Amino acid sequence: MKRIFLSALGILSLIQLHAQSASDSSGYKSKKLTLDEVNLVSSYYNQTGNNAAVTGGIGSEKLNDISNIIDVKFIRYDKKNRRHILDAALGIDHYTSASSDLIDLKANSSASHADTRIYPDISYSVENETKGTTIGAGLSASSEFDYKSFGGNITVAKKTNDKNGEFTAKVQVYLDKVSLVLPVELRPVTSGRENNYPTTARNTYAASLSYSQIINQNLQVAFFADFIQQQGYLSLPFHRVYFKDGSVHQENLPNTRSKLPLAVRANYFLGDNIILKAYYRFYTDNWGLTAHTANIEMPVKITPFFSVSPFYRFYTQTAIKYFGKYQTQSATNVYHSSNYDLSAFNSNFLGAGFKFNPLKGVFGLKHFNSLEIRYGHYAKNNQMNANIISLNIKYK
Amino acid sequence: MKKTRILKLMCACCIFVITTLSASSCTTVKAYQKAKLNDAEMTLGNRKVEKTELSFQSYREGASGANAGKSGGGCGCN
Repeated sequence: MKRIFLSALGILSLIQLHAQSASDSSGYKSKKLTLDEVNLVSSYYNQTGNNAAVTGGIGSEKLNDISNIIDVKFIRYDKKNRRHILDAALGIDHYTSASSDLIDLKANSSASHADTRIYPDISYSVENETKGTTIGAGLSASSEFDYKSFGGNITVAKKTNDKNGEFTAKVQVYLDKVSLVLPVELRPVTSGRENNYPTTARNTYAASLSYSQIINQNLQVAFFADFIQQQGYLSLPFHRVYFKDGSVHQENLPNTRSKLPLAVRANYFLGDNIILKAYYRFYTDNWGLTAHTANIEMPVKITPFFSVSPFYRFYTQTAIKYFGKYQTQSATNVYHSSNYDLSAFNSNFLGAGFKFNPLKGVFGLKHFNSLEIRYGHYAKNNQMNANIISLNIKYK
Repeated sequence: MKKTRILKLMCACCIFVITTLSASSCTTVKAYQKAKLNDAEMTLGNRKVEKTELSFQSYREGASGANAGKSGGGCGCN
């Protein structure tokens, strides 16, 4: 945690030396692309549990993950007073996983016990404040040892005439490559290099629609609908499934999956110091999984420069049709999985965030706009538990 | 049964709050009246600090999307 904080502070200090502000108090709008905001998000996540999919639904799920994301936003205004926004982010995750280590059951701290994921993304949008329109496009990538992903998206948005409502449509495509890293006992005997795994495709196509509406000076709501279609290799090759007869197999799931999440969000400013934020999502897909998510958060402004935000999230889902526990499935099932993330469970996520945004900047540093720390405890009713602590430093 | 009851209660509360507050009518709010709506905490999207939370939830749960977790890309295998 100390290392995360110090590295974040170091990066922001360097930026402070070189950057110039995109706007000033006179309201001048820069015609050049100028730095508007830098966000650094760091988090530490750990989990425990005893239903690892790598070992067929039994065994340790112990996992630790450290994430660092730097997000830089530039803004410029053109001759027609349209706002151009360039947003670039780079994320790096490093994790250690007890179950991944057991792709080779005889290994102890094998190569698969840890991995690093790098995920850059960039987006560009143009907002016409007069017409109330926004168009944008983005590219993203993600790379780890056994998985590569490349994504693209296009967004269009239009505000209502009174500027109190906005309709947004977004299409996204992800073209992924999964390396076929099998459990070691299921690998064919070959004379090739061990790290030269074949790959297969997994593609995701998503259309997202949303509509936000200001109801009055204190309340705004938004409705969201996604239509997601996945095709290709949707199993994970190193997930084991143990049949009733004790034989071991790879997880096998259908090659297509259609998902439909629908959600509503409402934010209400109660009085002068309290905000109520509510979110509800219904989700269904053609694998038989139905889920409900309800989230409530209540930021309380203790002072104008310090707020506390307790939150609670409840989640419940049914199992996919192909799920079975350790040694409960048989060869008559074409599709089978012992991944408990796709089983029936409910979970509770509870925590709080603390945000500091002093007028003169955090620690008196003018551009060090805000510091936010957030902690949450997550518990499933199948004994999986996790903790996450996140830190967001904003430079503006 | 307990989880269903909790969920129904939470949904009912959310619907009650939204409808009650909406009942105060949907009025046109001018730019100068949007001080509270423009507060950083009032944003209808996810905040940066929630990014990694949403990421782990989309790995550990079967559902994602609709303004809560990405709909594709990455792995989800760890």
